[in-house]
Amino acid sequence: MSVDLATVRRIAHLARIRVSEEEAPYLQNELNAILRFVEELSAVDVEGVEPMTSVLPMAMKKRQDVVTDGYKVEKVLANAPAAEDGFFVVPKVIE
Amino acid sequence: MSDLTRLTLAEARAGLAAKDFSAVELTQTHLDAMAKAKGLNAYIVETPDKALAMAAASDARIAKGEVGPLEGIPLGIKDLYCTEGVQTTAASHILEGFVPQYESTVSSNLWRDGAVMLGKLNLDEFAMGSSNETSYFGPVTSPWRRNGSDAKIVPGGSSGGSAAAVAARLCLGATATDTGGSIRQPAAFTGTVGIKPTYGRCSRWGIVAFASSLDQAGPIAKTVRDTAILLRSMAGHDAKDTTSVDAPVPDYEKAVGASIKGKVIGIPKEYRLDGLSAEIAALWDQGIEWLRAAGAEIREISLPHTKHALPAYYIVAPAEASSNLARYDGVRYGLRKTGKDIADLYELTRAEGFGKEVRRRIMIGTYVLSAGYYDAYYLRAQKIRTLIKRDFDLAYASGVDAILTPATPSPAFAFGEKGKADPVEMYLNDVFTVTVNMAGLPGLAVPAGLASDGLPLGLQLIGRPFDEETLFSLGQVIEEAAPKIELPESWWG
Repeated sequence: MSVDLATVRRIAHLARIRVSEEEAPYLQNELNAILRFVEELSAVDVEGVEPMTSVLPMAMKKRQDVVTDGYKVEKVLANAPAAEDGFFVVPKVIE
Repeated sequence: MSDLTRLTLAEARAGLAAKDFSAVELTQTHLDAMAKAKGLNAYIVETPDKALAMAAASDARIAKGEVGPLEGIPLGIKDLYCTEGVQTTAASHILEGFVPQYESTVSSNLWRDGAVMLGKLNLDEFAMGSSNETSYFGPVTSPWRRNGSDAKIVPGGSSGGSAAAVAARLCLGATATDTGGSIRQPAAFTGTVGIKPTYGRCSRWGIVAFASSLDQAGPIAKTVRDTAILLRSMAGHDAKDTTSVDAPVPDYEKAVGASIKGKVIGIPKEYRLDGLSAEIAALWDQGIEWLRAAGAEIREISLPHTKHALPAYYIVAPAEASSNLARYDGVRYGLRKTGKDIADLYELTRAEGFGKEVRRRIMIGTYVLSAGYYDAYYLRAQKIRTLIKRDFDLAYASGVDAILTPATPSPAFAFGEKGKADPVEMYLNDVFTVTVNMAGLPGLAVPAGLASDGLPLGLQLIGRPFDEETLFSLGQVIEEAAPKIELPESWWG
């Protein structure tokens, strides 16, 4: 399988990464080189094989459903590029 | 006083215990060496004030007889580990200036045991790379050079800063992480020892995530014993990482020097790749002889799905990365580029904040997870992962205790030599290491010789799940049998 330019633009949008017109063809070549590299996997017989979900068989531990942390608004916002009144600030989303 | 940077971690521990020198003296010597080695670019941020304060606190504890397992030992921390109050970037522009408000579990374990932080070590951006050339803060130069050449050599990656700092004596040990070979390949490239423990042995909490089902923390240090000492402090259960294993941490150092008589060592025939260099093949044969001479039984084994591991990895790892890196949105931390609306903010921030290799991997990951391709790529790769794991399970069930392979297909290369035209060329560096991550197993890289160009080469030992101890025993045998690999003498300042 290989990707065309329209697909490159679609993936870029899904990944929320702006790709310029000049950049797109290079990216297309690189993505296709990687897809060619993984192509051989389509020939492997995986009939009846379960997909791996955990490398080691172990039951996931569950914690008590209690509050363990909180009231750290300042720490949470400490690295925000824009914050106001204890909130993250983003551009207007709803008109 | 002799140069304290030449000590191994174990020797420094003994010197501190005997009060031959203080923790402050030991730390200051390393800070002085770091100041002269800025040209190598191994550290992104140096923390001399913090280091001296921590060392002084260590000296106070030593005076009171309260000595932790790593008391007063100066370490470098890969800049993928969140460190409270100290910038943590993952070597990415998108995290430039990010100052965590918390400490990663593994690094807090080190401070609990008395270690001293010298600074944050350079790496490939988001740990995606095999040469440390993708760092936003510039590549790391290896302290090693080819015979008769001053061409700049890569230290490997992604833990290139960790490996270079240990090899250039800019710390007594370093933390690193390994998703596809990022501890073992740079260790092999720099004549140092590195271990990726079993998946779940170390907590991943507070380590910037790349591919969560593959990522593991581990140490790089000068000797097998030093890595054993470090791993004991790093490992352990953590309620904040549900994949961390609730099992006691052995005293790994006890395994160093233990007899390997009767251990069965598997030699996987599929690792004799077509076109494997004669030099690497000879090193591997030499390693087999060393283990045999120490009483191990050598047995040829088959891991038939080996050749599919690297392509399957380049589906699984980017898929997980595309999901993990979705959090960098210009809202909560890091870089923000604004446009006309929120979609612009996301797209412009991520286009400028991520480097080329990271953008490429996020896009591949997004593609293989997208509607219509999920089954053909991602699900199939996870099934192949089951097959890879089964190969190892069968080998271990047949009585094999550990597996010996080369660590890398070649010695280190020069800047710009690989991956320029085709990203896949760089990916091939991980051909011997990536299977271990896919199966969640422990893997140790130990220096075993020098290539004809004078650069170090390493061998890899792969163990049963949670049997790091056997790897330390076997690694020690190779370290003792191999010709002593002297770390390079300073040309860097």
